[in-house]
Amino acid sequence: MKSLSRWFLYGLIWVSSVANSAELSQVQHDKSSVSFGYKQMGVAMDGKFRKFVAKLNFDPSKPAAANAQIDIDLASIDTGTSEGDEEVAGKQWFNSKAFPSAKFVSTSVKSLGADRFEVAGKLSIKGKSVDAIAPFTFKPQGNVGAFDGTLLIKRLDFAIGEGPWADVSTVANEVQIKFHIVANAAPAAAAPKK
Amino acid sequence: MNTQSLSRYSGAAILIHWLTALLIFVAFPLGKYMHDLPLSPQKLELFSYHKWLGITVLLLFLPRLLVRIAKPPPTALPAPAWQHRAASVTHALLYLLILLVPLSGWLMSSAKGVSVVYLSLVPLPDLVDKNKELGSLLKEFHEALSTGLFVLVALHLAAAIKHHVIDKDGTLRRMLPGRNT
Repeated sequence: MKSLSRWFLYGLIWVSSVANSAELSQVQHDKSSVSFGYKQMGVAMDGKFRKFVAKLNFDPSKPAAANAQIDIDLASIDTGTSEGDEEVAGKQWFNSKAFPSAKFVSTSVKSLGADRFEVAGKLSIKGKSVDAIAPFTFKPQGNVGAFDGTLLIKRLDFAIGEGPWADVSTVANEVQIKFHIVANAAPAAAAPKK
Repeated sequence: MNTQSLSRYSGAAILIHWLTALLIFVAFPLGKYMHDLPLSPQKLELFSYHKWLGITVLLLFLPRLLVRIAKPPPTALPAPAWQHRAASVTHALLYLLILLVPLSGWLMSSAKGVSVVYLSLVPLPDLVDKNKELGSLLKEFHEALSTGLFVLVALHLAAAIKHHVIDKDGTLRRMLPGRNT
């Protein structure tokens, strides 16, 4: 009897490990987004990046083995106005001619319990690299999963907004980078791309 | 000069009138000036100040109406009927635009995605969702209405000066602080 229940337990562990072992590795860029929020004269503002490339390998049962990388095309910024888009491409902001992309490369991922995780890594913008940590949630849906998280940065750490713009009383130093990444499990399960 | 010519507007009405005038005289040229500035922290600051001035004008409208109801304006001084009519129409339009100019600015701010946080303290609700086309349209409205307000204020001012300098009646003095006689 005892050994039977033990076998039953092994069976359960095996089934659940198979169910959970689906590693997500194919990012669905059309369903994913990278946006940002900041304060300007005390007013909450937001914007987004239209182009970015995200790569990841993530198995919720083995977060320590996970890794992620995201490259953001800074020229694809949408601040809400063309005047703003042109301004932030300039030397005082992103200087996106010389530094066309922002890059985040993970160094470690850990579980915070339930569907919450935390990714640590290096964020590089405008030739400067800073250690960054982003808590995120992971919501699986069959073979697809959605990652939602926020990376808090201080723009002056990357010299984003120099000269008169370095005054944080108009445009705040704190910027939240919000990501919503949808990924598939195995390539076999991925929907054919058109 | 008879006593009727010196029956003044109520103190509250006089205060709100000149306060609104002062706010408009600052907000209007500020709006014209900041609009053409290249994007800079100073421009962002000026936009905020302009919005705060406009919202203050809007806020003063309610007490203005209440005061007008509680203490109606003194009877108009004798003048040709067409002048009384012109004055009534100008005053009605002034009231309308004092309401519509800040309101269109607020709407425009909402549509452009730059909400108004009054005095950097009180976040005002967005009246419409962020929408670029609507934002540009409301900008046109705001500019046209502001120009309309500018023309009306000029007319109003010209009439006040005409009453004071040419007619030498008490019209202007009724809107100045002083004792009722």
